[in-house]
Amino acid sequence: GLFHLSIVVLCPPLTSDSISTVLAAATITMKLTSTVCFPRQEIMKWNGWGYSDSKFLFNKKGQAEFTGKRYRLSGMVLPSLQDWFENTFGASVNHKSPPALNASAVPPASLNEAFVEDLKATGIPFSHEAEDRVFRAHGHCLHEIFALREGKKFERVPDMVVWPNCHSDVVKIVELACKHNVCLIPYGGGTSVTSALECPPEETRCIVSLDTSQMNRILWIDEKNLVAHVEAGIIGQDLERLLNESGYCTGHEPDSMEFSSLGGWVATRASGMKKNVYGNIEDLVIHIKVVTPRGVIEKSCQGPRMSTGPDIHHFILGSEGTLGVVTEVTMKIRPIPEYQKYGSVVFPNFEAGVACLREVAKQRCAPASIRLMDNEQFQFGHALKPQVSSIFTNFVEGLKKFYITKFKGFDPHQLVVATLLFEGDRERVLQHEKQVYDIAATFGGLAAGEDNGQRGYILTFVIAYLRDLGMDYYVVAESFETSVPWDRVLDLCRNVKERINRECKERGVQFQPLTSCRVTQTYDAGACVYFYFAFNYRGLADPVHTYERVEHAAREEILANGGSLSHHHGVGKLRKEWMKESISSLGVGMLQSVKDYVDPDNIFGNRNLL
Amino acid sequence: HPHQATQMSNYCLNILVFVTLQQRDPMLKRDGFEDILEERRNSSDLKYALRCYAPVLYKGVTPCKANMLKNIVLQSDQLRYVINQVSQESGEAPDIIQEEASVILEEMAHRLQISTVRFFAFALSKAFKTLFQHVCVNEEGIQRLQQAIQEHPVVLLPSHRSYMDFLLMSYILYTYDLALPVIAAGMDFMGMKFVGEMLRMSGAFFIRRSFGGDKLYWAVFSEYVKTMLRNGFAPIEFFLEGTRSRTCKSLTPKLGLLNIVIEPFFKGEVFDVNLVPISISYERILEESLYARELLGVPKPKESTSGLLKARRILSEDYGSIHVYFGQPVSVRSLAQGKVNRSTYNLFPRHIPRKPMEETQSFVNDTAYRIVRLQEDNMVLKPWVLMASLLLQNLEGMELSVLTEQTVWLRGLALSYAAFLDWPDHAPTAKVVSSSLALHRGLACVSGGRVSLVVGEPLGPVTPEEALFNRAVSVLSCASYRNQVLHVFLRPAMLAVAMLHLSDEVYNCFSFLWDMFSNDFILCPGDTVQDFEEACYLLVKTGAVQMPQQDIVMTDIGQPTLSFFNGLLEPFLQGYQVVCRYLCEEASEGLTEKQYIPAVRSFAVKLILAGNLRCYEVLSSDMQKNALAALLRMDAVRKVKNRMISHINQTQISPSLSLVAVAEDLCRDGLTPSYIR
Repeated sequence: GLFHLSIVVLCPPLTSDSISTVLAAATITMKLTSTVCFPRQEIMKWNGWGYSDSKFLFNKKGQAEFTGKRYRLSGMVLPSLQDWFENTFGASVNHKSPPALNASAVPPASLNEAFVEDLKATGIPFSHEAEDRVFRAHGHCLHEIFALREGKKFERVPDMVVWPNCHSDVVKIVELACKHNVCLIPYGGGTSVTSALECPPEETRCIVSLDTSQMNRILWIDEKNLVAHVEAGIIGQDLERLLNESGYCTGHEPDSMEFSSLGGWVATRASGMKKNVYGNIEDLVIHIKVVTPRGVIEKSCQGPRMSTGPDIHHFILGSEGTLGVVTEVTMKIRPIPEYQKYGSVVFPNFEAGVACLREVAKQRCAPASIRLMDNEQFQFGHALKPQVSSIFTNFVEGLKKFYITKFKGFDPHQLVVATLLFEGDRERVLQHEKQVYDIAATFGGLAAGEDNGQRGYILTFVIAYLRDLGMDYYVVAESFETSVPWDRVLDLCRNVKERINRECKERGVQFQPLTSCRVTQTYDAGACVYFYFAFNYRGLADPVHTYERVEHAAREEILANGGSLSHHHGVGKLRKEWMKESISSLGVGMLQSVKDYVDPDNIFGNRNLL
Repeated sequence: HPHQATQMSNYCLNILVFVTLQQRDPMLKRDGFEDILEERRNSSDLKYALRCYAPVLYKGVTPCKANMLKNIVLQSDQLRYVINQVSQESGEAPDIIQEEASVILEEMAHRLQISTVRFFAFALSKAFKTLFQHVCVNEEGIQRLQQAIQEHPVVLLPSHRSYMDFLLMSYILYTYDLALPVIAAGMDFMGMKFVGEMLRMSGAFFIRRSFGGDKLYWAVFSEYVKTMLRNGFAPIEFFLEGTRSRTCKSLTPKLGLLNIVIEPFFKGEVFDVNLVPISISYERILEESLYARELLGVPKPKESTSGLLKARRILSEDYGSIHVYFGQPVSVRSLAQGKVNRSTYNLFPRHIPRKPMEETQSFVNDTAYRIVRLQEDNMVLKPWVLMASLLLQNLEGMELSVLTEQTVWLRGLALSYAAFLDWPDHAPTAKVVSSSLALHRGLACVSGGRVSLVVGEPLGPVTPEEALFNRAVSVLSCASYRNQVLHVFLRPAMLAVAMLHLSDEVYNCFSFLWDMFSNDFILCPGDTVQDFEEACYLLVKTGAVQMPQQDIVMTDIGQPTLSFFNGLLEPFLQGYQVVCRYLCEEASEGLTEKQYIPAVRSFAVKLILAGNLRCYEVLSSDMQKNALAALLRMDAVRKVKNRMISHINQTQISPSLSLVAVAEDLCRDGLTPSYIR
């Protein structure tokens, strides 16, 4: 029999079933048709993740709090976080490393006057304010955020920012850029974690950041074919919300969907949490319009599949802004599912959990989302448990814990939890749920309730905020991902964790690092694995350098263990050095020849990928 | 171009050699020893055998019952794949093949039992105390090992000189409360039914000596070893040299098992594997004269329990001390860094057996050599080893005072070459020499102030051949002690020989010798230049040679050193020359490998009896085999078809002709009047 219980209690039960409503509180203040330059830095942090009003902090009593009103966790006190934080990292709430208050010094803009003159004539808004330029000079890699906090100078930032309002604006900008030999760097949501947005320091031309945020309309919805035609600057959560108003969704929900853009997804081959039902970005797009220095690339029809030579979409998907700007995308939409249900399963250990996920993939019955967190993340989840108000809840929690650990014999330092999300009509969801729980039971899994599942997914959205808290107390953290064949999942996870621990030790990190992973996607032939890695850097002269060396070693370990260079983050400039090894030098040559043809003067000169 | 090479090596000498020697020089960091018999002599053996034994295991795993282990192996993807493959090839049902696999595993698997271990702990305590004065272990090495066992799968790689080795190893690990190893042993032990089962229950698992084409056997065997390694159930122990060295020289390492234990690392199944070189040095080897007879062609007695019991008479002898040195664990991961690209394993299913790639093969080969060299480095040498080296260069005998004086001189030389010499503290040299002679009274005796080799007195009249063989037994026995010091002197000695014979092409000649002798000695593949530089460095360091500009010249005080080194290698030069002569002069076209050994032996016997040769070591089958292997490798001799050896006629192939010619010239020039007329 199955036992429904809850183990991980992060916050009180939610009343809503939809992940979109989990985010609903994060309301959008963007004016969707604004022609005014949108100053993102007003509501978003300039030196950290997400909204300015939302952050973790330790209050005067030393208890952790999450501020703001946007998230379910907002305004709550998290009594266990301090202990977990101090014990895990050897950090102390008394040792603060707050960000330097001075904004980073900005190198002066070197403008191409002729370009500026011609651009003025078009009426397309632009800016060369330092704030606007610095905001678009980086993504969210550790070294980038660390530099911002420390008030370190970026070697190179864009010289100006331009805000096209539609496809034809982009065409004009690209033409002018070609005419005046100006370097263009497309900027969508700014959530890159591959140094893709960094300006190449060796670039001597004027660098223009092309901010797509004003191209954020749904141009039409075709209910007969279930497709929507959307401008590529639209941000994930806006797209979902607007489609929801018409009763539809794309179902594409990458963890960054609060801030990342449609164009960015296309440019990096993004993957969504619910890809098991809706597919990854490459499965979702029907038609892409791209403006390149050679002109506009698009297909002539919207046939659902074609045999017309290699798919030109695949030159665009993952091109990381090196070929042009994605301006409009036609993508599949689906009616909003009738019913959604979260779920969770605890397993005695990671091995059992992976075996279960493998079996689920084999039987091709994966729910919309299925994720397996390792024990470290399970414990981390515990640390984010808000204050429990009633004695009764406390008592019930205690009983459940007793049942799992004492009666079922699970070791609290071994057990892991899988979180599930089912979607569809009610009856089929329940049927599906039973099938998955039955499989889980054969691997020793115990169903652990809906709430735990749902809270697991919330963790995804707040974890990025936690990095900022860590950095306030000498802890640096980062995540990275890979995809790997099923038979190598366990070996890869173990070896990468061990490699990180060992590298930290060898590089003088004085405290035991936190290494944690989860399996976030299942495929027929393998899985996507996501790692978190954090350490207390007190006593290190150059923590960012140390961090980068360790991450480098971890990536080598991943490759040596049969993992890919990236599942969905992309290559950017961070992982360029491994491209030849990954796709062969001939493969690199093929990509290079496309680049040479489409953009012979390297107008799109962010130097990602190749 | 030899001159360039010499020039190059001179050029780098100061930098490179110094660095590599600093790395290799083990003198600075060798640990001290503790005698584990001391406690045994002062407390109850029974209590010791029954005491609480609770070793720490790899990452705290709980030990796995032998039966469960077998199930894991039989159910593994690896084995199932091969079972299906064999079934398809042979047409037999998979069930039947599976049953065969199960039988193989049953025959192979260990059944480690703590009670048997306790029995051995008791019995061996008694035996060791009778046989040996001390059993010394470096406890720091034990501590390092204990640490390593907890962190990574560990492979114990002891040197192999005696049957005693693996019992001794388990005994030591039990004494220090370390995880007992599982030990790969040859099937020949299974001849002794009772003893075989006892060994099995003390952790030995048995493998057939040869199973070349047997896919299933190989699959069962390799999966069995890998399963134990991956799960960290116990340290795995085997002998890289494959068999006991009858000559006390380290043998060319065998790669089969090393490949098996390293592969899980390349496939990412374990984070790392630690290889622990262990040097077991015996002051006197139990099998001493047995080995000499075996090398001279008296067939090896089949291991039988009764044979072992007869060996009881050895219990009344004094075998001196044993030193066991646990070396620094070597991380395969660190060794492979930059040498093997593990991602080449990504494109092939890991459970399908595959021949190792070239890159991997050369890495494993290289690793094996390095480990054997590490074993050599930490071999403890007794004064007798130096004395034996001197006596063998003076077969007619030496004045005791001369021997004593030269032993002291040699001691200084050995120490400056970083030999791990166990010379008694505060004892007068005369005392050291006389007690060494006393312990080895079976090999050397003093009469009238002269020291000479003891030749076993036969009963009744003997033929000249019998007398010759008796003498050869004592020479070979004595040589097995001299051989222990060869690894210390080998490189400078080859340089000394090269200087003597081809003083204008020293590097070339060195390189030729290096190549030719690489079956007889442990010379790491590709290390010729490095070894040459090491040789130069050492000879310069001890003032025997100078290196003005590009030349290498002997100094005024270098004569004794260089002539000692020449004498040290002379038996080998002569042995190889005799083999060359035999192949040139006597060998018929259809010579088989089987005929080769007795044929060379009788050729050499003839030479000796005729008074044309005074080198007895040529009679050693070990040297004969090595010489043939070297000539085959260097393409001076070629194997045709299955077993035929075709001697390459001087008119046939010019490159090989020159090789033979060089070898001959070299050897002929190298012979001193005392050896050949």
